[in-house]
Amino acid sequence: MSDTGFTFTIDGLPVQAKPGQTIMEAADDAGVYIPRLCDHEGLRHQGGCRVCTVKASGRSVAACTQPATPDLVVENESEHINSMRRDLVEMLFHEGNHLCPICEASGNCELQAMAYRLDMTQPTKFPYLEPCRALDASHPDIALDTNRCISCGRCIRASQDVDGKGIFGYVGRGIHRRVAVNGVDLAHTDAAVTDDAISADVCPVGCIIRKRVGFSKPIGSREFDDGLIGQKIESKRK
Amino acid sequence: MVEAHSTGNGVAAPKDARNSRAITGICDRFGNDPHRMLDILRAVQDRFRWISPTAMETIAEATGLTRIAVEGVASFYSFLSLEPKGAITIRLCDDIVDRFAGLDDVVKSFEDELGIKLGTTSVDGRFSLEYTPCIGMCDQAPAAMINDIVVTRLTKEKARSIARALQSEARPQDLISPQFDALSPYERVTMAVDSNIKHAGEVLLGPVPRDAGLEKASVLQPEQIVAEVEASGLRGCGGAGFTTGAKWRLAAAEADTDRFVFCNADEGEPGTFKDRVLLTERADLLIEGMTIAARAVGASEGLIYLRGEYVYLQEHLESVLTERRTRGVLGTDIMGKAGFDFDIRVQMGAGAYICGEEGALISSCEGLPGEPKTRPPYPVNRGYLGHPTVVNNVETFCHAARILDRGDEWFHAIGTKGSHGTKLFSVSGDCLNPGVYELPYGLSVAELLRMVSGEDAAAVLVGGPSGTMISRDSFQRKLTFDDLATGGAIIVFSGKRNILEIVEYYMSFFVHESCGYCTPCRVGNVFLQKAIQKFRKGNADSSDIDYLRDLSATIIETSRCGLGVTSPNPILSTLENFPLVYSAVSKKSEDGMKATFDIQSAIEEARGIAKRRSYIFDRDYGK
Repeated sequence: MSDTGFTFTIDGLPVQAKPGQTIMEAADDAGVYIPRLCDHEGLRHQGGCRVCTVKASGRSVAACTQPATPDLVVENESEHINSMRRDLVEMLFHEGNHLCPICEASGNCELQAMAYRLDMTQPTKFPYLEPCRALDASHPDIALDTNRCISCGRCIRASQDVDGKGIFGYVGRGIHRRVAVNGVDLAHTDAAVTDDAISADVCPVGCIIRKRVGFSKPIGSREFDDGLIGQKIESKRK
Repeated sequence: MVEAHSTGNGVAAPKDARNSRAITGICDRFGNDPHRMLDILRAVQDRFRWISPTAMETIAEATGLTRIAVEGVASFYSFLSLEPKGAITIRLCDDIVDRFAGLDDVVKSFEDELGIKLGTTSVDGRFSLEYTPCIGMCDQAPAAMINDIVVTRLTKEKARSIARALQSEARPQDLISPQFDALSPYERVTMAVDSNIKHAGEVLLGPVPRDAGLEKASVLQPEQIVAEVEASGLRGCGGAGFTTGAKWRLAAAEADTDRFVFCNADEGEPGTFKDRVLLTERADLLIEGMTIAARAVGASEGLIYLRGEYVYLQEHLESVLTERRTRGVLGTDIMGKAGFDFDIRVQMGAGAYICGEEGALISSCEGLPGEPKTRPPYPVNRGYLGHPTVVNNVETFCHAARILDRGDEWFHAIGTKGSHGTKLFSVSGDCLNPGVYELPYGLSVAELLRMVSGEDAAAVLVGGPSGTMISRDSFQRKLTFDDLATGGAIIVFSGKRNILEIVEYYMSFFVHESCGYCTPCRVGNVFLQKAIQKFRKGNADSSDIDYLRDLSATIIETSRCGLGVTSPNPILSTLENFPLVYSAVSKKSEDGMKATFDIQSAIEEARGIAKRRSYIFDRDYGK
């Protein structure tokens, strides 16, 4: 493959890409936001949440893992694609126990923000699975409430690849697949509140909780109170 | 609990130390290689009947992984257990075909005789009784695995006598024959399970001269072998139908010193058992085909990924591999040709349908949970440990060996345009002659039904649950890649079967087998299953039919691999071909309220807690 860049389009807009870039990487550089939950800057792409599904020359693919190719025609913000994304986000809400009004992450939560962006404003059609998951507050500085986990695996990758620790991992299969810790509980791992995996950025929801700093930023002046998720990327567009 | 935890009380300590030594011994045996994690965990499971927390720690230490990584693998596969299992674990196949063949009676016999309920382990730790999805014995259902042994054609009487024999210290293998130990591996297999070949075609199940294809391939250039397989029109027999020659060409074209040839013997599609028959009766031909593929693509290592349910075939396959090494048709300098080196190892699976997906199969061989890989890269470019890997189905390799012997034109002339050669069909369900039929592509379903004496069929499931359920008006459709494509499963249902019961079972199967990696398949299939239950309870209305269609469409379009792309098929193909089944049970809501919320089941728990009935919702309250 040559090193020279190439062009493809997203919703008719020409986008420059470098060889080896995924559709999402090129879109981010160009200031085109493709919704995503399991993907996070600086971490390996996983392609698990499927919220970044786009149509690339007629085929539905995950934009975070699909390589960009010259002349690709990508459909991103169509009604059809966004309705599927809404289904996926609703699935994540219904799979866990997401009670925004009592959640410390409200306003900073990417799942909640994605629901707003995708116009999830009506009662949803899916059944609630209402799982019963135990809270792990064993660690002096960190608590885990996996009722709010959306299995994005960002903490797993951050701990493995950034912290070099491997505190988190997936266990189980299918609907029973969940994020678990490398020990009987979090206190029996070498997790530290200074870990990248524990940082406010990595967990998109209110599952990883840093103790004693809750609500230090009041609701109303939180990240997504200013505007829709994706705004930062979109503001790059000239 | 069977195995004592380290309690520090001094009593358990010597046993702990012994167990720990046994586990490090097992890890040693597999070179402490994390890529052999599945073998290590299988061995620990066999020895201790579970993977204990301390075992996971010991394994993690020996292989240099984190404990959570080991637990991730151990908790993924159905045949590995994080709780102690009985010394004898009885796994009853709960496929829909087994259910229709009298599974309930068999369960009851085992429960009565062993004194335990399904899904539990006896207090003395001797027995566990549980369900497992299709074990590939639908032609002789109901069937079960008893540890590594398979018993078939169970009845309530037979189940009773098996349970009694096991209680009076019989070993599982004694159930097959009192002379089990004296039998050859092939005899052990065939005494346990009938091959049930009902129709032998000219390619695979008829007479096959030994190594004739390999002899011809050994004097051909790799490029010529690929060209011949390509010209034959052979397409993958596992279901997807990718052109075999093209797959080999792609792998051969990669610049890499290491390439691999893997055989997918993980046939897990409910109702499929044709690979079981080939592995039993044509193991030599399979290995011959793999050896030819190895020469074609330049591979020196191969692997047969054998599904955990077929562990009873492992010894037989190993013996064929050994015999072939002795004969000089496997190993180094094959057929006397210097530098033609290729050897094969059998990799056991451990109960995960998803491992039939080629990326998941490779993940599993790498010692990981059986999760599909992100594509691209494709396995032929970067597969096992990052090297080009050809993964083909058992039947595909067997065909390839025959093509090299008889020539591409001979094979191409059989079947129809676009679907060349013969196909093995695994026929089961409501017909008089279930078994394996080798037939040229292009037969209609009606013709096949006549052969199997299943003319009374009201519905036929072609290709298993990820295939298509057709009704009588479609029986003229043809069994080809272009019309009704199938990996081989043909399940016949008579008019007395409940279509929605069948659909619900298959959805529960997909829920059980989804790996959970991606949202739509992990969560969406659960919602589909719940929606079908709603129809079966009579709580659905016509808007629920749209709900099924819309949700299915999202799952199909956004899923990461073929499992999610095909899992809504039982619903979509029955909505299409049996619409009345759905409309008959969906009510028009008279008050405009949805029946989604079932107040009776919602207050049931409250009734229990309050120990009284409801003043509002129990009409007979106070009477």
